[in-house]
Amino acid sequence: MLIPYTVKPRPDTGLINSKLGIWLFLASEVMLFGALFSSYILLRVNSVDWPVGSTILSVPIAAFNTVVLISSSITVIMAWASLKMGNLSKGRMYILITFLLGLTFMCVKAYEYNTKFHHGLFPSESTFMAIYFTLTGLHGLHVLGGMIVFAYFWGPGAKMWKTEPEHFTNRIEIVGLYWHFVDLVWIFLFPVLYLL
Amino acid sequence: MSQSDHHDEHANEHPKLGFWQAYVFSTDHKVIGIQYGLTALVFLFFGFCLMMLMRWQLAYPGQALPIFGSLFSDATMPGGVMLPEFYNSLGAMHGTIMVFLGVVPLAVGAFGNFVVPLQIGAPDMAFPKLNMASYWSFFAGGVVMLYSFMAPGGAANSGWTSYPPLSDIATAGQTYWLIGMIFLITSSLLGSVNFIVTIIQLRVEGLTYMRMPFFVWAQLVTAFLLLLAFPPLEAAGVMQLMDRLADTSFFLPTGLVVTGDALQVSGGGSPLLWQHLFWFLAHPEVYVLILPAMGIVAEIIANNSRKPLFGYKSAVYSLIFLGFMSFIVWAHHMFLTGMGTTISAFFQTTTMIISIPSVVILTVFFISLWGGRIRFNTCMLFALGFLPMFGIGGLTGLPLGLSAADIPLHDTYYVIGHFHYVVAPGTLLALFAGIYYWFPKATGRIMNEFWGKVHFWGSIVCMNMIFFPMLIQGLAGVSRRLYDGGASYEFAEPVLHYNAAMSHAAWLLAVFQLPFIINFFYSIWKGKQVDRNPWQSTTMEWEAPSPPPHGNFDTPPVAYRGPYEYSVPGAEKDYTPQCEAAEV
Amino acid sequence: MGDSVEDIKKHVRTYVMVFVVLLFLTGVTVGISYVDMGHTMNIVLALVIATIKASLVAAYFMHLISEKKLIYYTLLIAALFFIGLMFLPTGQSLDPIHL
Ligand code: HEM
Ligand SMILES: [Cu+2]
Repeated sequence: MLIPYTVKPRPDTGLINSKLGIWLFLASEVMLFGALFSSYILLRVNSVDWPVGSTILSVPIAAFNTVVLISSSITVIMAWASLKMGNLSKGRMYILITFLLGLTFMCVKAYEYNTKFHHGLFPSESTFMAIYFTLTGLHGLHVLGGMIVFAYFWGPGAKMWKTEPEHFTNRIEIVGLYWHFVDLVWIFLFPVLYLL
Repeated sequence: MSQSDHHDEHANEHPKLGFWQAYVFSTDHKVIGIQYGLTALVFLFFGFCLMMLMRWQLAYPGQALPIFGSLFSDATMPGGVMLPEFYNSLGAMHGTIMVFLGVVPLAVGAFGNFVVPLQIGAPDMAFPKLNMASYWSFFAGGVVMLYSFMAPGGAANSGWTSYPPLSDIATAGQTYWLIGMIFLITSSLLGSVNFIVTIIQLRVEGLTYMRMPFFVWAQLVTAFLLLLAFPPLEAAGVMQLMDRLADTSFFLPTGLVVTGDALQVSGGGSPLLWQHLFWFLAHPEVYVLILPAMGIVAEIIANNSRKPLFGYKSAVYSLIFLGFMSFIVWAHHMFLTGMGTTISAFFQTTTMIISIPSVVILTVFFISLWGGRIRFNTCMLFALGFLPMFGIGGLTGLPLGLSAADIPLHDTYYVIGHFHYVVAPGTLLALFAGIYYWFPKATGRIMNEFWGKVHFWGSIVCMNMIFFPMLIQGLAGVSRRLYDGGASYEFAEPVLHYNAAMSHAAWLLAVFQLPFIINFFYSIWKGKQVDRNPWQSTTMEWEAPSPPPHGNFDTPPVAYRGPYEYSVPGAEKDYTPQCEAAEV
Repeated sequence: MGDSVEDIKKHVRTYVMVFVVLLFLTGVTVGISYVDMGHTMNIVLALVIATIKASLVAAYFMHLISEKKLIYYTLLIAALFFIGLMFLPTGQSLDPIHL
């Protein structure tokens, strides 16, 4: 039994199933992070004193991480473009770079958390620290999830190229969409938590 | 598959799957649907048992429960007498299990999975593996919830709404509740993505949106509600987990005093934040409970009145409008939290507006009966029973939606009466109707009509005996979460005698489920065999063999017409199936 | 969107340009956060820049600039509910009743 429209788009919608699927998933992610942003606003508006992020958190480190994540967005696009042009080895190289950039992001994040803990700054310290750890933690989990998928497509998942190159390319596009979204969330997290 | 009258060659094309792959870790939407259905029925039964225990305590406060009482530990019912903490656990878990592990999985997981792909002529769901993952995530959530009864201090006991600060400082069961919920939410999210993609992408040739059966529309709107309303609760759940495990204060205000001691937390949080996020989910969630039920009722009414659904289009537009509106009424659950009058006025208005499409849909069903040649079989009785019951449920909601009337009614038994009327004699009757209606598709056999009717009359009478007095007690001011059912309040005295009667009706209701359970299992193996289309229905699921093989249809169907072409003037049969080509 | 090798090469050039703009805007946000323009102004500017960056990512990297209608509809629905969600804090802060 074959499920239709996994590789070729359905004529009237112009979409393959997984493309619609990932966008729906991202819509729900918007609501997830949206709820946390909304909570952030509510807590902040009702707080007595709210610290300016940069007095507690390190802006240069976060700015560095922003650059890392933006770069990984462009590498994942390059991976897709290479596959689209039929170049598997280049595609895989870009997937690997994306993975490594994700890893860099996570290492920096771990270092950041660690210094906070060393200064005795735990989530229980204040509502600001609580929302900082929750938002970045949840975002970190998303990065981790993406990394696992990239590792899979770099390794065993890439076998699919031999039999169904088009399907494989689509998959990279789909995971790319997810990855850009994770980047997009960070683009908001950075100013909201670190700068304001 | 040997039971099928219609032998089909296509079944042989598929390699035989082993037992585990065919029945346990299956990716076939029908098997997953049945798994959802059976699991949900077990949970419904379990949740019902919790309620029966509570009803003992309400009818005979402080008395030892005979026979069954000795089965419980000293931490819950020493000497058969229920402890208040245990009563609270029962209440919280009854609500949680019924809503998240019973009705939603049955309405969406079971019926949605089984029926939707068949009705749109698809071979399966768009993402079969994801479908399996969502079932197992649901299962894991259920296991965590059940396991929480073993936690120190028992299962969650802060109500199904888990309001902080109480839930933040409650015993360990609450942590399990949150973890369980995260599994359930994940399951719903995966499922809803799958449903939307399936309905949009896998519709068979000719099946335009306005030719989709109403049930499919209901599932589509429901899936959108699940997709967009659940994430805020997930966020809230994560924050409450942080509060409990990492000692944060998202929901704990500054200066909270617990049993005489100031709580050692940073404070600065807001208990109302939880309520907002919870109801942002939970109001759309009540439509998740009701819309699939309406979908089922629409199918059955059209089929058994042998008439097209009157006003199909207005029903569909109402459905969509209902979906949108359900996201902006949530604060009608919070009129008593000190919200400002501007906000109250806004939410009252939206609440009044949202009842309009509900009434339109109900009216569509009623008018569809007009002038029909109604067949009063079991599934039709259940569907007809739904109509007045949902009517009462909806009408009792209106006073609650106006803040002046809600002030005395909030948190009384009136609210309990209101939502049980919509969910129990409403949605549950519709779900039973669906079981009787689609049983022949899933098994190739039909359930016994006589015992079905016994089940119906017993259930509807008992349900009304349980829930109507709740409205009366609530109007008298009896609060909804009293361990002794109001015995310690003088003003409750005049309505207290209802408690015993309601409890007896509840236990009687259990007795009336026995014919159903026996009928169900007996019919699976011994029921009367029927052909593919025993109800002479028009929609496409009846074109597939019963039970449908992996891949569903003999040949992919094509839709030539709308879903409810019954009694078409001039046609030789009184039904013209959707995929029957027009004669030229 | 064309899918020939030529087309893709053209796209890649766009991607790189967007990338450079994103890096530049990151620099700008960090830069102005050190300049005191009044609390509100700082917040507004930071959010405006973040929105521009996010839109660039969505439009070019995620191809939203040339997507199918169905995706737009889906996102429109999500956007409506998202706006509802963003009004959630007003539930607590708009003319609350003080006892
Ligand atoms: C059709 C019009 C409806 C209106 C105007 C309405 C209105 C309300 C209002 C205002 C409340 C809050 C009462 C309070 O806590 O003081 C409420 C509670 C509730 N409603 Fe409805 N409702 C309607 C339909 C439904 C439907 C269709 C369902 C479910 C299928 C439902 C399920 C519930 C539940 C579960 C609660 C109680 C939640 C709790 O506090 O535990 N309602 N309703
Ligand atoms: Cu509501």
